[in-house]
Amino acid sequence: MRHIESELRRFVVDNFLYRRQSHFSDDDSFLSMGIIDSTGMLELVSFLEKHYGIHIDDTDLIPQNLDSVTQMAQFVRRKLLIEEPAAAISSNATAYPA
Amino acid sequence: MQVEEFLEKSAERTPDKIALICGEQRLSYAEIDARCNQLAHALVGMGLERWDRVVIYGRNSVETVVAIFAVLKAGGVFVLVNPTTKQDKLTYIVCNCRATFLITADKLATVVMSAAETCPSLRSVVVAGLTGQSSQSAGAPCVALEDAIHHQPSERCARRNIDVDLAALIYTSGSTGHPKGVMMTHLNVVSAATSITTYLDNRAEDVILNVLPLSFDYGLYQLLMAFKIGGTLVLENSFAYPYVILETLSQERVTGFPIVPTICSILLQLKLENYSFPHLRYITNTAAALPVAHIHKLRELFPKVRIYSMYGLTECKRVSYLPPEQIDSRPGSVGRGMPNEEVYLVDNDGQQLPAGSTGELVVRGSNVMKGYWELPEETDRALRPGPFGNEKVLYSGDLFCTDAEGYLYFVGRKDDIIKTRGEKVSPREVEDVLHSHPCIAEAAVVGIPHDVLGNAIFAFVKLKSGATLDEYELKGFCADRLEDFMIPTTVRFRDSLPKSANGKIAKRDLIADEAAALAGVA
Repeated sequence: MRHIESELRRFVVDNFLYRRQSHFSDDDSFLSMGIIDSTGMLELVSFLEKHYGIHIDDTDLIPQNLDSVTQMAQFVRRKLLIEEPAAAISSNATAYPA
Repeated sequence: MQVEEFLEKSAERTPDKIALICGEQRLSYAEIDARCNQLAHALVGMGLERWDRVVIYGRNSVETVVAIFAVLKAGGVFVLVNPTTKQDKLTYIVCNCRATFLITADKLATVVMSAAETCPSLRSVVVAGLTGQSSQSAGAPCVALEDAIHHQPSERCARRNIDVDLAALIYTSGSTGHPKGVMMTHLNVVSAATSITTYLDNRAEDVILNVLPLSFDYGLYQLLMAFKIGGTLVLENSFAYPYVILETLSQERVTGFPIVPTICSILLQLKLENYSFPHLRYITNTAAALPVAHIHKLRELFPKVRIYSMYGLTECKRVSYLPPEQIDSRPGSVGRGMPNEEVYLVDNDGQQLPAGSTGELVVRGSNVMKGYWELPEETDRALRPGPFGNEKVLYSGDLFCTDAEGYLYFVGRKDDIIKTRGEKVSPREVEDVLHSHPCIAEAAVVGIPHDVLGNAIFAFVKLKSGATLDEYELKGFCADRLEDFMIPTTVRFRDSLPKSANGKIAKRDLIADEAAALAGVA
């Protein structure tokens, strides 16, 4: 069972906000919140690759893929669909209620 | 010459040339000059007096650039503060310099409220993009920037200052818990900018890409120098999306790219084969030393690009650069000074040392600060009598050695300031925050070498008996009070902290313990 948005939110809150607050929406831009800098980006990419078993190309490292919880979740789902069709289908099945 | 003339003269010479590219915005010299004039008139109209300090608290943006030059044109002194600075420190700085105005952006307005309510000197807080969501009842009123400049003339207001007047206060971390305001006059800034643009061989065709905060003097001067030479500044906020930056480097035909070692580490991990930068003329590095291995790699990847390895301190902006022709033969050196400046090493008695010695670096020149704002003792420690007459020279607090030809090699700091991501961190400032946590009995902060960060901030803490605290809570507590780069990356909880014979925490033992632990794991 996978809730990608909540996993990503948890990672961001733990590692960049130190659990102080989670009062940001899934659509808020990390860049404009100023909470992830260049070294933070390295940690984030490493987490995504390890936790979801996906491979991230250089050309993927753009704000459209990573700059909010929503964008990151969509990006991860796209990657899972390409790299692991079975896992992606099960994650989609639980993410959207019948 | 006054610093605002960098902009004004370029606006006269090449009014329609694009001066600033920031996100989607592209502004010409004439457009920027006009906006700055309008804001300058607004500030004078609101009561800004000559030499008044104006705090500018914002990210890298068109508004921040306009604020800097507007304050100068109005005869004020700008005080840029890093936008990740938290409430307590911002309030400290505003009160310390008795600022009369604070210019910020709506997103940062809540942090500003405390300063607005606490500092009696503040007349008004000028907010770009004010939405009215952050209202406060007491203290200095908020004014929308757009309202303030509405109907203001776009012609220059009368100049009130001369070159010995203050242009800026640049706050820098010191060994004590509080930052100090480095006083820079127009003459200091013009002198430093002239030396640097001379040795970089800057010309009007230069396009400079700046990803560093404008609140950091290295970032600020990219703006000042770009305008001085009549070039173009491409202004970004960070290196978080490196491939976007590479695209920008290519598309905007960037000729100059200033970096710090952290950026270099990331750059060297990227796949650069798909990119070419035929217009890139120079890369500069300062704030911390580039590892020699990284210099070799840069030279391989960018064989036609001039690499400038430099050194400086806020107190005099820049001290030295290594001529690019020397980078292969002396990659560990930062050079022998820069134009219109003298540098030398002294022993513990202040006696000048010959080449081939090790000692404290002393700087002499018109780029040296006037002093620390209202800190006479600290000023007297840094600025001491020089070789001629009544002059003062700057004791850097850094140890260097020179080779037989007088080329400088950094040895170490005399104090315990940690350099991380190219930024200065005072261990004392972080320890003071840790000690203010109700669960902490003792704390010690040290820098541990780190491949990407340069040094990582480690905090060793002993909790009060019966108290519980986890790493997240502690980092969160720090994040509420310190800039991002000051937050410890690692926290070690200990039952006791090692002490030396005089009862002080033995930081060397803590560093040795970490090294041993690392060796055990490796």
